[in-house]
Amino acid sequence: MCRDQKHGGAGMSAAAEIVFDHVTKRYAGRNAAALDDLSLEIPAGTFCVLVGPSGGGKTTALKMVNRLIPFDSGDIRIDGRSVRDLPVTELRRGIGYVIQQVGLFPHLTVGENITTVPRLLGWGRQQMGARTLELLDLVGLEPDDAKRYPAQLSGGQRQRVGLARALAADPPVLLMDEPFGALDPITRLRLQTELHRLHREVEKTVIFVTHDVDEAIQMGDRIAILREGGVLVQYDTPDAILAHPADEFVAKFVGEDRALRRLALRTLADVTLKPGSPSEPGDRVSKDTTIRNAVSLMLETRTEQVVVVDGETVLGVFRLDEAGEIL
Amino acid sequence: MSVLAGAPVVIPNFGQGSACVTGDHAFCWDWVSEHWGDTLQPALVQHIELTAIAVGIGFALAFPLALLAHRYRRIEHPVGVVSALLYTIPSLALFQLLVPFTGLTWTTVEIALVSYTLVILFPNIVTGLDGAPDDVLEAARGMGLTPMQVLTRVELPLAVPAIVGGLRIAVVSTVTIATIAAFLLPDGLGYPIFLALKEPTPFKTEIYAAGGLAVALAIGCDLLLQALRRALVPWASRGLA
Repeated sequence: MCRDQKHGGAGMSAAAEIVFDHVTKRYAGRNAAALDDLSLEIPAGTFCVLVGPSGGGKTTALKMVNRLIPFDSGDIRIDGRSVRDLPVTELRRGIGYVIQQVGLFPHLTVGENITTVPRLLGWGRQQMGARTLELLDLVGLEPDDAKRYPAQLSGGQRQRVGLARALAADPPVLLMDEPFGALDPITRLRLQTELHRLHREVEKTVIFVTHDVDEAIQMGDRIAILREGGVLVQYDTPDAILAHPADEFVAKFVGEDRALRRLALRTLADVTLKPGSPSEPGDRVSKDTTIRNAVSLMLETRTEQVVVVDGETVLGVFRLDEAGEIL
Repeated sequence: MSVLAGAPVVIPNFGQGSACVTGDHAFCWDWVSEHWGDTLQPALVQHIELTAIAVGIGFALAFPLALLAHRYRRIEHPVGVVSALLYTIPSLALFQLLVPFTGLTWTTVEIALVSYTLVILFPNIVTGLDGAPDDVLEAARGMGLTPMQVLTRVELPLAVPAIVGGLRIAVVSTVTIATIAAFLLPDGLGYPIFLALKEPTPFKTEIYAAGGLAVALAIGCDLLLQALRRALVPWASRGLA
């Protein structure tokens, strides 16, 4: 998938590879490990989702990357360099950080919030102004929003600002701790879609923590499933995890409807269609429709096939009984 | 009402009193305008000085103490207890307790007044500094602000409303308490009141005028600080309607 390591121009930082190397963490006074010998290689540019029940240590793992939480043993390396080698403030300024409660500075405008890290890095006024406009556009806000205060924004807008702020100094790594957990379902879906698009535009390695398996499947290039006690049970692509859950725990966690979830990962554009004539019977759907939705539609209308169209042109026919063969 | 006939012989000793004054009317504007320059205005200026020095020194002491308490949790409690105890001592008693040490001086008065402002300002500033939301602090640290930058760029600005709130209470209560300084010193707006009360028949005009000035001063300072708060805290007053 995203294994190819791309590098940007000289000044701009491209995505970086992140490696967890036998990392263990125990909190004082507790027997169970918060994170038990975690080893994980996240190739540069990957959108990696850490998912699991609470107590799985996913947030702990995330916060070790920017050293908000210290680890006991093992190492974490970004592009081969241990996170312990850099002064902690310098390390953090090079890592974008987004949290569920956003944590915008209420006393600063949106623009000032966004340029927090650039200001720490000593950017010039003009450069910061230009970057602010660029980021507002990237996250779907208006240039005028720069002058507003966080209290004047909706929850969704605030998280957009949080994302822009994390991206401001163009860090190679982005850490996101349940960023959409506090949003209503509609706003969440919209931001998930946009983050997905945005990740293809900006070259970043993302570590994204969630407890929501649907979100993990939708967002992740790769998913790391952690269970209680901070044990990594499976690390693979969403499709591979759904097709071959490592054990009973994963199978339960991803849900009994995992076959349908796999169908949701593919669209009609991904399958070979049977040729069809313009008079072919069946509902008309676009090629961007997921297989899952196509199957749902056929079950709902009690039909055997849908006709895939691009405007007026018939691209082909997809039959209900072909759905199972894809898996 | 006849001025002389039937009036009791209790003419206040303020030189040649006007008909209004000698008649013991409720309020005599002529006395006020006549004695603005020699009595009321100096008293008002002294009162402002008493208050400004007390709040100024109180803030200068409370602010670093609050920073220390914010940084080192352990000292917050002892400082709080000591200042709360101070506050329970009646102001008049506190003045008297200090006289053997510092005499009938401004120092005595200011020590007492400063103590009271400290009691108000210290906890307000600490509360303000501790009031930064956890998510804001986590984001600040996560973005690589140093502890000093977290304090100066996040915690202090967010504490401004609480600090100004503390200043408002401190100023208003100091204006009030400073009138009691007249028991020690011939200064401040308390002194004309003190003198007027000493008359066989308390001289109402002087009490009302000086008292009214103290009230006006307190309200004026409060309005000024409210305006200051609005100027310093644009982000809180422009919330979502």
